[in-house]
Amino acid sequence: MIGQFIGYLIGPFGTFGFMRIALVACFALALSNGPIGTLLLMRRESLQGNVLSHAVIPGAALGFLYAGYSLAALTFGGLLSGLGVVGLAALTARSRLQRQDSLLIAFYLVSLSFGVLVVAARGSQADLMHVLFGTVLAVDVKALVLIASISSVTLLIVAIFYRPLAVESFDPAFLRAVGGGGGAFRSMFIALVVLNLVASFQAFGTLLAIGPLLLPAAAARCWTNKVWPMIILATVIGMAAAVAGLLVSYYANLPSGPAIVMGAGGLYGMSLLVAGRMRLRAKTS
Amino acid sequence: MTLPNMLSRFARTIIAFIQPKHVMTNSSDRTRQGRSVSEMVRLVRAATATLKQSLGSWLSTLENKTQAIFNRYLDSGYDPGASDSHTRREEQGIALRNLSVCYGERCAFEGLSGEFQSASLTAVVGPNGAGKSSLLKALAGIVRPATGEVVCDARARHRLAYLPQLDELDRGFPITVAELVALGGWRNFGSVREPPPRVAESVFEALAAVGLVPIADRQIAELSAGQLQRALFARLLLQDADVILLDEPFASLDESTTEDLLHCLQRWHVEGRTVIAVLHDLDCVRRHFPSTLLLARSPIAWGETVSSLSADNLARAQKALIPAEHVRIGGVA
Repeated sequence: MIGQFIGYLIGPFGTFGFMRIALVACFALALSNGPIGTLLLMRRESLQGNVLSHAVIPGAALGFLYAGYSLAALTFGGLLSGLGVVGLAALTARSRLQRQDSLLIAFYLVSLSFGVLVVAARGSQADLMHVLFGTVLAVDVKALVLIASISSVTLLIVAIFYRPLAVESFDPAFLRAVGGGGGAFRSMFIALVVLNLVASFQAFGTLLAIGPLLLPAAAARCWTNKVWPMIILATVIGMAAAVAGLLVSYYANLPSGPAIVMGAGGLYGMSLLVAGRMRLRAKTS
Repeated sequence: MTLPNMLSRFARTIIAFIQPKHVMTNSSDRTRQGRSVSEMVRLVRAATATLKQSLGSWLSTLENKTQAIFNRYLDSGYDPGASDSHTRREEQGIALRNLSVCYGERCAFEGLSGEFQSASLTAVVGPNGAGKSSLLKALAGIVRPATGEVVCDARARHRLAYLPQLDELDRGFPITVAELVALGGWRNFGSVREPPPRVAESVFEALAAVGLVPIADRQIAELSAGQLQRALFARLLLQDADVILLDEPFASLDESTTEDLLHCLQRWHVEGRTVIAVLHDLDCVRRHFPSTLLLARSPIAWGETVSSLSADNLARAQKALIPAEHVRIGGVA
């Protein structure tokens, strides 16, 4: 009975290579999304993260337009437009034309619409779905290597610069005063977010890329208020959501990206209910 | 040695290696061929030796350069050999030249010139919206002046500490009191190193000085406003700065906390640090602060507290803001 159950759990991964690759890709993403998502949440910049994930669309769409499903074109296009929108947002924020929220929302909507128009002008409905929601089951070895590299680099940088990255997120004036290089770390962090969104984009598409980044971190936030345990828990929750989502999508014949994000969302809801009851004072955002 | 130089040298060695080999492969003599193999090995060794040598020097300059960039941009606050407070230099005053800070078209304050004397204890006083917080932010280098300049040697040496208004800190961040205080010792560990043991000792001393030892392991989210301000003062104690800027440090604090923190302030003054604090309580200013800057969009008076806070000056400060408030409602503090 139990053996049969375990068979159901690991069967699909044993039988199909694409399931294994998808699982490894999700695990690699969870490893770097844990720390980055936690720090993003700590900075109360979830909205900005969301905007960044959409900022990747126009570049990825243009890359698609010129080179089709080329990994390099999609990645570099997404990276460039992501960083470009960050720069643009910083410039307009400095000019104090408007509150930053409205600017970010504008960037978010314009990027999304522009990306959709570009893809729709050349590609098919399926291409559009691919760009927007990703195809985690179609991740090939090349894309997997890219995801794993981004994840490794991210982990390394966070491990080295954890202290200034964390301090910058809650007391930037202090970091500047003691000479920790405040602005440099802000840029470094945003670059890491964009990099991870580009990696996530391969599997989850532009609309969902932010989900595996923020939901596990938000769920982990319910359970602990120490940063390191939060990062580890977020990683574990991200991996659990990946396994659950892939299995559900396999047996119920549903799209896997949304299933994984739903899994993370379910774990977040459970964490809110259980941990929230345990510690009413815990802040969740 | 530069990279192109090195590459051309390597290329020349390779060519020298290929040419004799080309001649030898024509020969059918076995012994000569055996010799040519050992010859080849020797030549390859010679070639890679130069490569290793030149690459080595190139790598070490690369390493030095990376180290320099890292120190300059990411870790300029690391300075473990920095002198202690009692051997501090004389020059730690702040000179202002025609300083203005503006947000868009609206100026917080304009045309401020003068000097905060080294080792002085100055209160900045003025009605709401007079530009006091903006002045402190300009001194700390957080906002860029619209005109004029701030000459502050301590800031360039990372010896300036700035304490913003309490509500500007993100209190939801998961960090304990002891960790928060330990950050004050940044110069001992910088961005990436492990804190040396002596930091833990000075954290304990600083916590004891502000009476927070029993709650050292609590999260800052659980603290009352008074306790959080005490913790931030402990961090300032550790920071050992030459210039200390405080923005309304006693706002909404109970009496005993204010008393204790004033004690810290007096201690810094005695130790010869330059302290500048934005305050509202005029009685407190008269009692504890030798000099005062009265600000109302433009400087009204700057000098000894008694003369700065004359009834006449205070009335002028109130009046100075009235016309502007009629034009625009809702001000920037």
